[in-house]
Order: sequence, then structure tokens, then C-alpha cells
Amino acid sequence: MSPERTVATLDRRTILKASLLAGGGLALDALIPLSAEAWDAVEGKTTVPAELSAFVAIAADGTVTIASKNPEIGQGVKTSLPMMVADELDCDWSQVRIAQADVDQQRYGEQSAGGSTATPKNWLPMRQTGAAARAMLIQAAALQWRVAPGEVTTAKGRIFHAASGRSVGYGEVASAAARLAPPDLKTVPLKDPAQFTIIGKPLVGIDSARIVKGEPIFGVDTRLPGMLYAVYEVAPAHGGRLVKADTAAARRAPGVRHVVPIFGNGDPDTGLADGVAIVASNWWLANQARSKLAAVWDLSAAKGHSSTVYSAQADAAIAAGAGSDLRVDGDPAAQLASAARRIAARYDYPFIAHAPMEPQNCTARYRDGRLEIWAPSQTPQRGLETLHKALGIAPQTVTLHLTRAGGGFGRRLMNDYMVQVAAIAKAIPGVPIQLVWSREDDIRRDYFRPGGWHSFQAGIGANGELIAFSDHFVTFGDGKTPARAAGFNASMPPAGLIPHLRYSQSMLPTVVTTGALRAPGSNALCFASQSFLDEVALAAGTDLPHLMLRLLAEPREIAPHDNGVPFDTARARSVIEKVVQTSGWVQKPAQSGRARGFAFYFSHRGYFAEIVEASVAGGDVTVHKVWVAGDVGSQIVNPLGAENQVRGAVIDGLAQALTGQAIEFVDGVVQQSNFDDFRLARMPMTPEIEIAWVRSDKAPTGLGEPALPPVIPALTNAIFAASGTRIRSLPVRLKSA
Amino acid sequence: MGASMPYRLTINGAVRHVDVPSEMPLLWVLRDELGLVGTKFGCGKGLCGACTVHVDGAAKRSCQLPVGSVGHAKIQTIEHIGATAIGARLQQAWLKIDVMQCGYCQAGQIMSACALLGQVAEPSDDQINSAMAGNICRCGCYNRIRSAIRIAAGMEGEGSGRVA
Repeated sequence: MSPERTVATLDRRTILKASLLAGGGLALDALIPLSAEAWDAVEGKTTVPAELSAFVAIAADGTVTIASKNPEIGQGVKTSLPMMVADELDCDWSQVRIAQADVDQQRYGEQSAGGSTATPKNWLPMRQTGAAARAMLIQAAALQWRVAPGEVTTAKGRIFHAASGRSVGYGEVASAAARLAPPDLKTVPLKDPAQFTIIGKPLVGIDSARIVKGEPIFGVDTRLPGMLYAVYEVAPAHGGRLVKADTAAARRAPGVRHVVPIFGNGDPDTGLADGVAIVASNWWLANQARSKLAAVWDLSAAKGHSSTVYSAQADAAIAAGAGSDLRVDGDPAAQLASAARRIAARYDYPFIAHAPMEPQNCTARYRDGRLEIWAPSQTPQRGLETLHKALGIAPQTVTLHLTRAGGGFGRRLMNDYMVQVAAIAKAIPGVPIQLVWSREDDIRRDYFRPGGWHSFQAGIGANGELIAFSDHFVTFGDGKTPARAAGFNASMPPAGLIPHLRYSQSMLPTVVTTGALRAPGSNALCFASQSFLDEVALAAGTDLPHLMLRLLAEPREIAPHDNGVPFDTARARSVIEKVVQTSGWVQKPAQSGRARGFAFYFSHRGYFAEIVEASVAGGDVTVHKVWVAGDVGSQIVNPLGAENQVRGAVIDGLAQALTGQAIEFVDGVVQQSNFDDFRLARMPMTPEIEIAWVRSDKAPTGLGEPALPPVIPALTNAIFAASGTRIRSLPVRLKSA
Repeated sequence: MGASMPYRLTINGAVRHVDVPSEMPLLWVLRDELGLVGTKFGCGKGLCGACTVHVDGAAKRSCQLPVGSVGHAKIQTIEHIGATAIGARLQQAWLKIDVMQCGYCQAGQIMSACALLGQVAEPSDDQINSAMAGNICRCGCYNRIRSAIRIAAGMEGEGSGRVA
């Protein structure tokens, strides 16, 4: 970057930097503090500085290069965020090149993928940056032509002066623009959405053309001269520690170059799990040599951590009473006792794994006191923090390249593989090491979506109205704080919609690592609560969409119970009404054997109502069609990507319910291992999926997650309507019933 | 495991020499010996289809194919499939409706689809489901994979709306 640069400090923290590109052209960096509203969009807030940065460079030949700062895990941000910049810049999409940025907190602020936050956080800053670049180009052209900037227009990367018939390409004035002071981001004019030429258009993903040709693009495709391949054998049980390892036989195995026992702190959450690295000339040879290892593990911490034990402990916790209160509105105990009708039911769901198709992997080279890493991580900056804590590697000595990730789903929020490969690379200086987990490693050493149990009660009044509701949630945790992603949502409907309500919680200890899985919390809470509310609706003589509409009542915003975002009942109503309309809702269509179920949920700022049509025959469930109505604000940024996210979420949810997904433990040892005993959706079970967008006047929000939660109870409610069997435990198991 | 042996393989029309144990699956010969990383590792047990290649035109899971059993068969991988008429049509169809999300499984999906269209020019939905059932897409792009196969087979236009 040329040292010649102009800097405008707009307020205490907003900084635009314009510089002259090497070879001519304009480079614009923007470090922009997030608005309070955008920061509110972040569920599960972190301490990461609330700043964003964009980078756009316009070369003399008119090529526009936009940095993609966030990890691309299949959610489409590498395409959709640059679309926001490019539209306000008013260039043609064919001029745009997208460069994956390395990890650089100073330059880019937060770089992460999680919580469906990229769209709400970036919607304004990305557009403002594009608009600022456009304003500078206009100013440069106006100066050159000696006309007022207001007389100048732009289209497709060219600047026009209609009065004199002159025009010039962006590239031709980019160097001149680089010498101008950047405008005030806050006042730079943004397009009326009706003028968008790129946002809202169905655009093909920026990497798609490379993917269909099999070009190297994923983390596991990284190839470096002299690279060796590693596996990392860890304790068979969660919480296990390495005592000693006899590595002699493994060392003699074909292709093996190094065998390295590694003693971590035993806590993969904050550090490094103990293990033995086997490093070979070929990954398969390294993996084969595992059978030659003779390691002694201390598995005492895992004793008794079995699924059957957890179930019995949950039974005992429910029998013992309601646990600790999380929220009490009105007088639920008295109202439940005096209700005309009271119903109660228990629900539960298992631990499940993320199982992204690209197994966990990471590549690293330690040389001359510096570490270079190639990582498919959703939170690379947190990875740097963990490297520092676990291995004492200072962040400023690390160069971290982001690769495309073959699926995330929340698994790559954790950086355990990054710490492992760094430890191995540090032990073998100068040699690039690629650590790849086997599928069995990936299933067994996941940060699982934790299982949970719910004991519900509802009181129904004489007129069929829901007057009181309670849920005693049994989850995992240390007694004070729930385990990662094992918390409750005290704003969960019907909270805020009825006068008398109690939410309470008990915790069971676990040695198993847990973590966020796509729509964390919501993916399980929605199943339990919307299934039980379906029971309530039927008991009250109505159906769930109409019960929900009655509860939502008049349009209003309901404040969150704790950290979170307000719940807009009007937006909830509109998606419910929409899906009722698009599906022509009836619980039991005339066609024999088919029935429909409904569910609604609000998560990650998105409002989704979904209807599943299914049939049940001989214990087999067939899903025929799914209708989805969603409100994620005023604008769908890339309809092609957005619809894919919704279809994927629907299929993901159906798979969680219908393919038998459950991770089970015996003394901390995971009993499942691969896609034969932890199954995923396959093409034959894929139904038709019809999506309808409801456009509200709110700023756009994210789509990686909120379409998932409702599909599971919509399915199980359909199964009840079709068969009379109420599914109160996931996964769906009709044959054994 | 036996000692390393020299093998002469025909991959994507070129002769390649490797020196590996006969039990080594073709997947790991492609990825770690020859640098052809388009073929993906997903499960190692023939359960997910990410490693699908063509062996004399038939779709095979390369993670289950010991290099010693390949013999003189012609191997084709995703890197070369665009050189075939069906492969090129599939790649174009994949891009026309942007099938993929993360994209990791798509090489295997395209290789399976290519073998299908090589056998059945205009497959029924049941034939598509059956031929593709061995390929997992964790992101759930199945509606679009089905559609892209029909587009490549000339059975469906871009705007037919059957993607839903």
C-alpha cells in the first residue's frame, strides 16, 4: 500500500482511510463502530470490539476488489456482504473481484461466522463504505470536468455528465479520487432500495465456479511443500487424561515420521486435550498407525457419565420439584391449581453432533518463532486467544489465513483443532503439518448440542383460553451456570403473552463438551414448547396457528426478559397468517392418510412459521411438503442464497427428527461413530419446500439459523395429527412404540 | 500392511506413477500422493459419497478402493469431468441455479450425477433419488441437486420453478 494516504476521522472511532493503490487506483478502508441497534442483533454477546471494517479497491482498469473479511462456511457471506458494497458503489457485478481477507483484528475488527449476525451487523456499514467510494469517484470526476458533483450520475461503474455528454470509467478517476478527503460516512447518501441493482438479485456464489471444478478451496485442500499429515489420538472417553504412551510400534509403521505425545491442560474448552500425534507422509498411513499406539489413559473422570444415568438424574430432578426460578410472572401455581383444565407433559431430546461434511482440520507451520496457520474456523480471532492461553503463542507472532469451510453449523466456533495442530507444528519446527480428523474423531469429539428435559404444565380457562404455563427445564451445568449452549430462553413463548407463567431450571453435571449447534437453544426449546402448545391448542378446542394468533393479540413489542431483542407480535402474526394462507391450512386435508402440523418460532431476529404435511404408514414417516413463511426484514440480499439457507435448515431439522440422530454415552465414551449410526438426511427423504417471504419495514437480519427451529415441532405435530401418536422425545421412534 | 509397491495409474487421461502400499485407498493416493484434492474425504467408510470418482465410467467410492485393485482401469476425477459432455452440462446446470451452500460434497454429487446420466439420459425422479442416495449433502441442497440433474438432462428449464 502506498504511504500516500488521506485520513478522515469522522468521530471518535469512525475512520475512513483513502490510499493510492500500487499501479494506480483508489483503496478505501473503513473502520466503523457498530450502531447500538446492530450490536443488539448479536445473541450471546462477546467482548470482541464492536467494530467492522470494509475494504474496497478500485484499480485503474476499473476492477473493483472487495475484501471478504468473514469466514465463509456455506452461509453465503463471501457473496452477500460484497453485494452490499458493490450496489452502493454502483458498479457492475462483473467488475467485482472478491478477495478472502486474512485474520487482522486491527484492520477488519471482528471476523466471525455465528449467530446469523453478518447481515444485521454489516447492512449499513458495507453500504456506507460503497457509497463513500462512489462519492469520492464522483467528486474526482466533477473536479476534472469542472462541474458540480450534483450534476453527475453513475451507473455500472461509469460516471456521466448528461449536460455535456461526457462519461468516464471509475478506474480512470480512481487515482485522483485517492487524493481526496473521504466523505462523512454518516451523511453519505444511500440508495433508495428501489434503485438497487445488485442487492436483491439472485447471484451465484462467488466460489461456486471453482467448487464445481474441484479446485482447492477448503481448509483440507491446503497443500504446502514438504507438508506432512497428522492424526491426533485422544482419550476414548470425554474428560480422559493421557498417563503415558508407548510410541515405538507406531513410529515403525509405514510412512510414519513422528509420534508426539502431547500433554495439554485436559480442557479442550480453554486449552488443549491430551493426545498423541502421529505424523506421516500420507494421512491414511498416519491414521492406520493409530492401531499401533499403546497409550494409557486415565478415564476416571468420565465414570458414570452415561446417557442412562443422565436420564435417571433428570427424572429425579423433575420429581424433586421445580428447581431454580428463571422467571415468574403473576401467580402460576394458584392459577394452574384453579384452572378449569390442566394438562401436563414431559419432553426430552438427545445430544446431537454437528457432523459438517469437511472433518475438522487445520494446517500450520512453525518456523523461526512464527506460526502460520490455514484454518477453516468460524471464530479465528478467538482461536488466536486460545493459542495464547494454551500454548503461550503470542497473537502477533501468528499469521492466520482463513479458508472456506465445508460446513460450520456452529462446530467451528470452537478452535480445538487449531490448538492441536499448533502444538504438533511447534514440536516439529519448519515442517508444515496438516491435521485431519477422521469422521469418527469428528463425531466423538464434538461440542454436542446438549440433551435436555422439560416438564410442562398448562392451565386452560373455562372459555378455552391459556391462562397459566410452566416449564421446569433440566439441563447440564455446574449448578450455577449452564454448560455451553445448554441455557434456557426465558422470553420463549408463551412468556409475555399470558399473565401467569413460571420458567425454572435444574442442572446436571457433565464431562462431555457441549456447544452451539445451528439455532442453539432454539433448535431444542422450540420442539418442546411448540409441541406442548399444540397439545394445549387441541385441548382448548382449537389448533396451534389459531392459538398462537389469539395469544399474540394486538400488535406490540414485548421486551426481552433478559439480554435479547424485543419480540414484535405483529411480525409474528404476519408470518403465521402468511403460511396459513400459502398452505391453505387445514390440519387434516381430504387426502387420506396425510396430515399437517404447524409451528412458529422467533430466533436470531427472524420470524418463521412453518407447516409440514406428512403421512405415517407402518411406523414410517413420509414428509410430502413443507411450507415456510419468514420475515427477516425489508430486504432479501441474495434470493438464491437465502432460499438455500431456508431449504437447508428445513432439511437439517427433518433429519434431526427422522433419521434417528442421537449421541449416547457410556462412561463418557460416545457410542456413535460415523454416518451409519449417526445418520444425516439423504435425497430420497427430501420433500418439496415452498418459501414465502414477508417483507417488513425492519432492517434485514440473518438467515443461517432461524428457519430451523419450527420445522421439527411442525413435523411432530403433523405426526400426531396423522397417527394419534404424540412425539414427546426426539428422535422420532414410531416402530418401537 | 504390505510394503510400498510401484503403481502405474491412468488418471484423467494421464499416466501417473506412485509408490504406496497396495491397501491404500485410491482417495489418499489422489489427495496426498498426487495433489488431486478435488475428491473429498468425508467418512472413510463409503457412507457419504464425497470421494466419488469414475472407474471406467462407473461411480465408485474411492475411500473404499485399494489402489492395488485399480489395475489398468481409467480413473476420472472432478478435476477432469468438465472435459466430458455430460460433466460440462452438469457443471453449467449446477451454476445456473447455484446448487451449493458449503460446496464440500458437490464434487462427489456431480460425479454420481454424471455416472447416472451416462446410463440414463432422462432419469425419473425415482431414478435420480436412487442414484444419488449414497451422496450426503449436510447443507441440504437436495432440491437443487435434483433440479440441476434435470436441467443437465434437458428435462427442465431454468425458470420452471421445480427447484422448490
